[in-house]
Formats: sequence, structure tokens, C-alpha cells
Amino acid sequence: MYVAVKGGERAIEASHRLLEAERRGDPAVPELSTRQVSEQLPRAVDRVMAEGSLYDRELAALAIRQAAGDLVEAIFLLRAYRTTLPRLGNSEPVDTARMLVRRRISATFKDVPGGQILGPTPDYTHRLLDFRLADVSATDPAQRDDTVQRDRLPPREEPMPRVMDLLGREGLVEEETTAADEGQPPADITREPLRFPAGRDARLQVLARGDEGFLLALGYASQRGFSNTHPFAGEIRYGVVAVSIVPEELGFAIDIGEIELTEVQMVNQFAGSDTAPPQFTRGYGLVFGHQERKAMSMALVDRSLRGRELGEAADSPTEDEEFVLYHSDNVEASGFVQHLKLPHYVDFQSELELLRRLRSEFDPPSAQAAE
Amino acid sequence: MPEATETDPRSEARQRWMGVLARAGTDALEAAWTGLAVRPGYRMLRPPETGLVMVRGRTGGIGRHFNLGEMSATRCAVQFEDGVIGIGYVAGRSARHAELAAAFDAMLQCDAWREEVEETVIAPLAQAERERRDAERAGTESSRVEFFTMVRGED
Repeated sequence: MYVAVKGGERAIEASHRLLEAERRGDPAVPELSTRQVSEQLPRAVDRVMAEGSLYDRELAALAIRQAAGDLVEAIFLLRAYRTTLPRLGNSEPVDTARMLVRRRISATFKDVPGGQILGPTPDYTHRLLDFRLADVSATDPAQRDDTVQRDRLPPREEPMPRVMDLLGREGLVEEETTAADEGQPPADITREPLRFPAGRDARLQVLARGDEGFLLALGYASQRGFSNTHPFAGEIRYGVVAVSIVPEELGFAIDIGEIELTEVQMVNQFAGSDTAPPQFTRGYGLVFGHQERKAMSMALVDRSLRGRELGEAADSPTEDEEFVLYHSDNVEASGFVQHLKLPHYVDFQSELELLRRLRSEFDPPSAQAAE
Repeated sequence: MPEATETDPRSEARQRWMGVLARAGTDALEAAWTGLAVRPGYRMLRPPETGLVMVRGRTGGIGRHFNLGEMSATRCAVQFEDGVIGIGYVAGRSARHAELAAAFDAMLQCDAWREEVEETVIAPLAQAERERRDAERAGTESSRVEFFTMVRGED
């Protein structure tokens, strides 16, 4: 139990001023604009949008500035803001096969229809600090290597088939079920509390907004043996997809804009049963923005959480859906951990008194007399 | 992507221009609006309202629906004196973007305006969008890669 403490208004006001001064830093240095953050720290913006569960680059950039670069705090700000807005509707499911692809690779097939496209990736950099960036005056356009080459275009813009769909055609990967629940809306954990066992729809929603660090650690653990999934990265793609809705007053679908997404399809080892032949199984990751580490982790954890339905032992923490789903939200986790900072004076006093009494019974009387 | 196949050609045309208006930025629509020789008057049927659209995905890209996360969006409805209603639904929080999209949508439904707006507003916006996409695709194309494996399979 913690109790309200009165007083301290002046100190709190002063604390806010200090916080603001700390955020602003040296006033002699020009202040960052929100647009600079959204343009030049796009990966930070992506993470805040994904875990804040609100796609809006400007708002995420503003939150990052306000939180002085503390991304989990920025995520909290975005989550708080979203509660002030009404829900206008639900989109049609995005079609990632029709993505305007900026990057697309497969670790399972060298030659895939549509080809492999590296796009913007740090994978092949040497991870050496670039001191040219440190000197802003050296960012003379002539010296930079950010001029994009433009190759001759393939004649037509064509949908790029998903690698998994090719395996699916051969029947070597489990089918995704669609028909049964098409009539009813998917679970929405922002409206109804999570219930166990959770459906895959609820699990994917939780994972999509889950903490990247937590999911990365769980995915890593699953690879190291705390799960039994044997994954391959079937396909990773990043790019832009259209979002469309069907407004009631129109009755047909219209595009309202575009968003960036990263999609990961993990191919995992066979499951088979008396009725189903051995097949590859799937783990799926879909995340706002360009976030491969997060999307890959999500796909690993999605597959781990499917252990039970696939008849596996499912006795690792990564396969325990209550453990994973209840602890992946960094806004909730941060709130509970940090509430320990609130005054617990009364609680602590009672424990202190109890401990003193126990000690007086434990310590020999002669020791007490000697004090 | 639209799932309900819409066969009515009038709806199809409307679907197309509403998409172009939504993808264009506020500034582009403002410039197009200012560029009109004559601008129609309208009243707000539903003033711009910003809210959230829940974006849905499918498991494995093809399976069951699930809720991925929300995006900001703004809607608006305007009405001309003769009763024609224009609707704007756009990503983001720009009230002006939604309002102008609705005004153009109403104009495009009127025989008196359609041709002019198609030619002077929608066609150039669609062209700019194509050019942007093509430039981006050409840049992406430059990083296409052929991977070689040192140890080949059975062949």
C-alpha cells in the first residue's frame, strides 16, 4: 500500500522546470524540430509508433522530443494520446503481396520470383563509426554517398509473390485457415481484456505492440533451446502498403493513405499428425515501420506460442502464453516497476517494526543489555 | 485492399479519385484548390473529425484477420447547395486535407465540374504519384542482388 502524500507542490513545479531544462540542453545549441526527428531518426519513430500502437510519424517524433529521447516514455505518451481519440473504423486487412517493396530477401531460396532486393540495410556495413557525420559542416552534398542510383525499371509494377505462398502451393507448409471466422471481428485487446487461452489474433496484436527488447530476448532464448522451433527466415520484406476502409456511408472500399510495414515469415520444422502429413509450420511477424529485428523476434515468438496447438511439449517460458503476453507491454511493465518510487512509508514502517520485534526475540538478552 | 468487388463503374471511378486525393498531401490539395478559376461554395455536413482507424493484417499474410495497431485519420463531409455530398477520409490529422478531399469529391460527382477537376487536379496528382513511385522503384531496383552459393545442390 502507498498513501497520498500532501505538500511538495513548489518542489514539483521546480522539478518540471528542471526536466524541461534537461530536455532542452544547452540553449546555445539550436533546438531540434519535430520534422528533423521524423526525417532523421526514422527508426526511433518506427519503434515508438509500433509499441505506442499508433501510426502517426509526426506525433511519434513529437513524443520522442518531449521524452528527451527516452523511447519507452515516448511510447507511453503516444498510448495516452490515443485514448483521447474516437475509433473511426477498421481497415480492410492490408495486402502485403501488393506492397511497394523497398527491401525483400529470403534466406531459404536463392532464386525467388521477384528476386532479392537489399534495399536500405545496415547488414553489410562494417559498423565502424563514421566520423564524417560528426562534423556537420562536412555534410557537403558533394562528399556524401547518399545519392541513390536509379536503375532501369522493370516494365511493369507487379505484385511480388510471397515466398511462403510458393511453398504453400506444393502443400509443404501448413495452410493458414481463413474461412471459419471471417464473419466475426478479430480480438481487440484495446477493448477487451486478454483471456487465456488466447487466440492467435490476440497474441499477434499483443506481440505487434510488445517491447522490442523483451521479444528479442525471448526469440533469442527460443533459438538457444528454450523452445523447439528450428526457424529459417523464409522471407523478410519492408515497404509501403495501402490502407483502405469501407465507410458505412459509401459501402465500398477507399484508400485513405499508405503506411510502412515490415513483414517476416519464419519457416519452422515439421509438425505432422495421424491426419496431416509432415509440413513446415509458420511463424509470422508484422510491424509498423522498418523494424526487422522486432518483426523477426515477433515471428519467432509467434511460432513458440503455437507449440501447444502443434502438439509440442511447450514447457519453456517462451511457449508459456501467460508469461509472454502478460509481460511484453513496456507501458504496463514500466508503470509497475516504477510505482516502487511512490511513497510506501506506511508499508515500510510496519515491516520495519515487525523486523525489530523479530530481532529482539532472536538476539540474546545479554547482547541487548550490552547496548 | 478492397475485398468487396465493386462493379458499379461510378463507384469505381469514385474509389480511384478518393484514393488519389487521400494520398496527395494537404499542400498539394491546397494548391489545386487555389488554382481553380471558380471555387464552389459548400457547407459542412460533418466538420473534420480526427480519430483512429484500426489497421488489420492477416496471419501469414493470407490467413485470419488480426488487429495490428491504429493509425490516425481524419474524415469530413461537405454538401453543395444542390444537395451533392462529398466525403473525405484521409490518413493523418490534417482537417484541411479531409475538407479539401471532400470538396473535390463533391465536385467530381457533378457533371458541371467533373471533367475540369479530373484534368486539372486528379490527373496531375496521379501523375506526380506515379513519378514518385517510379523514382522509388528505380532506386530500390539498384540494390537487386544475385546470391551465389559455393556448394551447389544435386545439379
